[in-house]
Amino acid sequence: MAVESDVMEAAGPYDRARALSAFKLGDITFYWITRACAISVLLILGGIIISLVVGAWPAIREYGLAFLWTQRWAPSADPPVLGALGPIYGTLITSVIAMMIAIPVGLGIAVFLTEICPLWLRRPIGLAIELLAGIPSIIYGMWGFFVLGPFLANTFQPFMISVFDGVPVLGTIFAGPPSYLSLFNASLILAIMVLPFITSISVDVFKTVPPVLKEAAYGVGCTTWEVVRNVVIPYTRVGVIGGVMLALGRALGETMAVTFIIGNSFKIQSSIFAPGTTISAAIASEFAESDGLHQSGLILLGLLLFVLTFFVLAAARLMLLRLEKKAGN
Amino acid sequence: MNPIYASRRRNDIIIRTLCVGAALFGVTWLALILFTLFYNGLSGINLAVFTQDTPPPGSTEGGLRNAIIGSIIMTVIGVGIGAPLGLFAGTYLAEYGKHDRLTSVIRFINDILLSAPSIIIGLFIYGAIVVPMGGFSAFAGCLALAVIVIPVVVRTTEDMLGLVPNPLREAASALGLPRSLVIRRIAYRAARSGLITGVLLATARVAGETAPLLFTALSNQFFSLNLTKTMANLPVTINNFVQSPYVHWKQLAWSGALLITLTVLALNIGARLLGAERTSK
Amino acid sequence: MTDLSVSVSSASGPVPQPALPEAAPKVTARGLNFYYGEHHALKNINLTLGTNRVTAFIGPSGCGKSTLLRIFNRMYDLYPGQRATGQLMLDQTNILDPKLDLNLLRARVGMVFQKPTPFPMTIYENIAFGIRLYEKISKSEMDGRVEKALRGGALWNEVKDKLNASGLSLSGGQQQRLCIARTVAVRPEVILFDEPCSALDPISTAKIEELIQELAEDYTIAIVTHNMQQAARVSDKTAFMYLGELIEFDDTNKIFTSPRDRRTQDYITGRFG
Repeated sequence: MAVESDVMEAAGPYDRARALSAFKLGDITFYWITRACAISVLLILGGIIISLVVGAWPAIREYGLAFLWTQRWAPSADPPVLGALGPIYGTLITSVIAMMIAIPVGLGIAVFLTEICPLWLRRPIGLAIELLAGIPSIIYGMWGFFVLGPFLANTFQPFMISVFDGVPVLGTIFAGPPSYLSLFNASLILAIMVLPFITSISVDVFKTVPPVLKEAAYGVGCTTWEVVRNVVIPYTRVGVIGGVMLALGRALGETMAVTFIIGNSFKIQSSIFAPGTTISAAIASEFAESDGLHQSGLILLGLLLFVLTFFVLAAARLMLLRLEKKAGN
Repeated sequence: MNPIYASRRRNDIIIRTLCVGAALFGVTWLALILFTLFYNGLSGINLAVFTQDTPPPGSTEGGLRNAIIGSIIMTVIGVGIGAPLGLFAGTYLAEYGKHDRLTSVIRFINDILLSAPSIIIGLFIYGAIVVPMGGFSAFAGCLALAVIVIPVVVRTTEDMLGLVPNPLREAASALGLPRSLVIRRIAYRAARSGLITGVLLATARVAGETAPLLFTALSNQFFSLNLTKTMANLPVTINNFVQSPYVHWKQLAWSGALLITLTVLALNIGARLLGAERTSK
Repeated sequence: MTDLSVSVSSASGPVPQPALPEAAPKVTARGLNFYYGEHHALKNINLTLGTNRVTAFIGPSGCGKSTLLRIFNRMYDLYPGQRATGQLMLDQTNILDPKLDLNLLRARVGMVFQKPTPFPMTIYENIAFGIRLYEKISKSEMDGRVEKALRGGALWNEVKDKLNASGLSLSGGQQQRLCIARTVAVRPEVILFDEPCSALDPISTAKIEELIQELAEDYTIAIVTHNMQQAARVSDKTAFMYLGELIEFDDTNKIFTSPRDRRTQDYITGRFG
């Protein structure tokens, strides 16, 4: 036996060297393919920026910074007058209202799921929420258009208007004729859409709290609320904010959920029940039929949206990274 | 009862009630959406939806055949282009570049692309493909979907390969396996169900994407398999039919929405089942 | 340190009647150092693994046993910031040569790990996989090689009827023997065992120990273990390591009956570690 293996070993190394050298080329090729693909992720980002800047360039030259604070949007005037103030206002206001609704509700659901809900119910509800986060946004948009819009216009708005009639400020916000198409309706749909998103991130983030910390707090007799407020929230604050900003990034750029229901009006009105528009809704509804300076203006709107979401998302990721590091230690 | 304890207890009960209320509130909305979707969608589902093409305005005939087939074609090609690219990129991040600075930059940018507004991707492909090629095309739509698929697959691939225990890689290296074979024959196989999960999730993500198709693939009313021309697809067809005045078009929009939702839910559930199989092993 | 080189480096030295005849050197380390980044993990290691001998490495955890083993097949090369200096020869091959083909080296120096690491494929494929890397052989020839390797791993009788079952379906001890068979199948010259029994029950452990002694007929073996009885049972030579240094290296029965160094004695009598 020893003799036999000696003979084979003598022959072995040479054959092995030959066999292995056949893999050499494939080995190097595979490395470079994966590396090229990884770098292509950076190229996509570069491509997005270049293509948006090139497309927006005529509008940048024509309108300059004034684009940001001009309200008039008259693409068919000669020469066209384009200002982004309306869509920017609409984007910000719908996102802010949506987040004001979605954050407390989303966090509430997350607390419910991690601390209060009976164990057997956690998985089904958690799963349902995650599945709903995956439903395409056009479904939410359709539902808003056919179901929520009519309900709000016929029932909710007249009620709010009658309640706040005559009250300063609030009266103005809720004033005006009820409408299917309004900033408020769009905000509500956005809120419903980002809700599962906030919940599922918060649940993940809450799970990073080491059980011993919570057990220690429960051990000294803390109530659920005290544990959440004094242990869970302080421990996960950065992660929760990161998750919320991720959801904000979604809300700012969401297109199909709001396009049907926002009314596509570039005029800024004081009432949130009046029609408005957002950057993405403006692009979605006008782009296909646009050309020349009008199209360039829409691409410039897209560039603004990209810059805005880029910073929000970057901040969100940095915060989530910080939490990850903490959880890793 | 001790007054301090009483007030603590009261606060706790208030907050608990609010949380349960929030859960009920959220679940109610979402249940309502699904209910109306099924209620309106199911009543319109019949054989014609699958066998007839989209009807002209005002017609009460017709179905969604061309849009369904167009959506399947574009999703398959989009995933077919994006998934391998994302898989290789994720492989680099998890296997070769684990300790690189380049890797952390790519990972960061990838995470941002993961949540970037899809309409921006549409504008990007419009500027990069549609304008130079001189017109809307299904192929441009496929590329837009591929760009959305890539970051999803990169992320899941890196995560899943990260779960492959290092001793397995060492054991393979110890047999004298070249690095690329360690990855392709051992790490991929060990992470297989996770990698498929990632591709399924990415498919679910693009199956209902509308915004990036609005000005790349556009849509049309005919049956067409030509990738260089516009192609009918479910999301854009729904988008057009929802805002129309015709009852039958609206009905078809509901049916299409139901089909998309069921597909997406099936893909998501499939992905989760695969994921569960992996963790139980 | 000086007495060490006397007992290790040559058979011609004035060693009074060694229990075993000195074997031809297979792996030779001279002034070997190892660094994890700034941390100096192994200091000036000198030793020789004799051909067809079993050499055991013992010592408290963190003393550098596994680190040393992972230099023999350059496993540390998978990670950045780790480097070795000094001289380490496998026959006439310089293991530390940066231009050395690592895959070729690892084909000559096999390794079995602490936890069983069956590949996620069938039992048959686990063995055939490594063979196919280097040789193109017919199905029937492959069947023969797989059987021989599984017999070599003392596993054939247990798995011959389920070669197409997943390698992961075996018990822990069987998985470990599968890994040994897999290593044997590519016909290495040296086999490194890194605490191969630490995850196994006593019966499986006994089987592996028996197997290691059989393997020594054909292979040069190095085994890291935290179990002193195991070292005493399976090895011809034993090296005691402490805090990155090789304290004592000698015939196993000498180490366990009359250690020269105080620290070795403290360790084997259980005063620390």
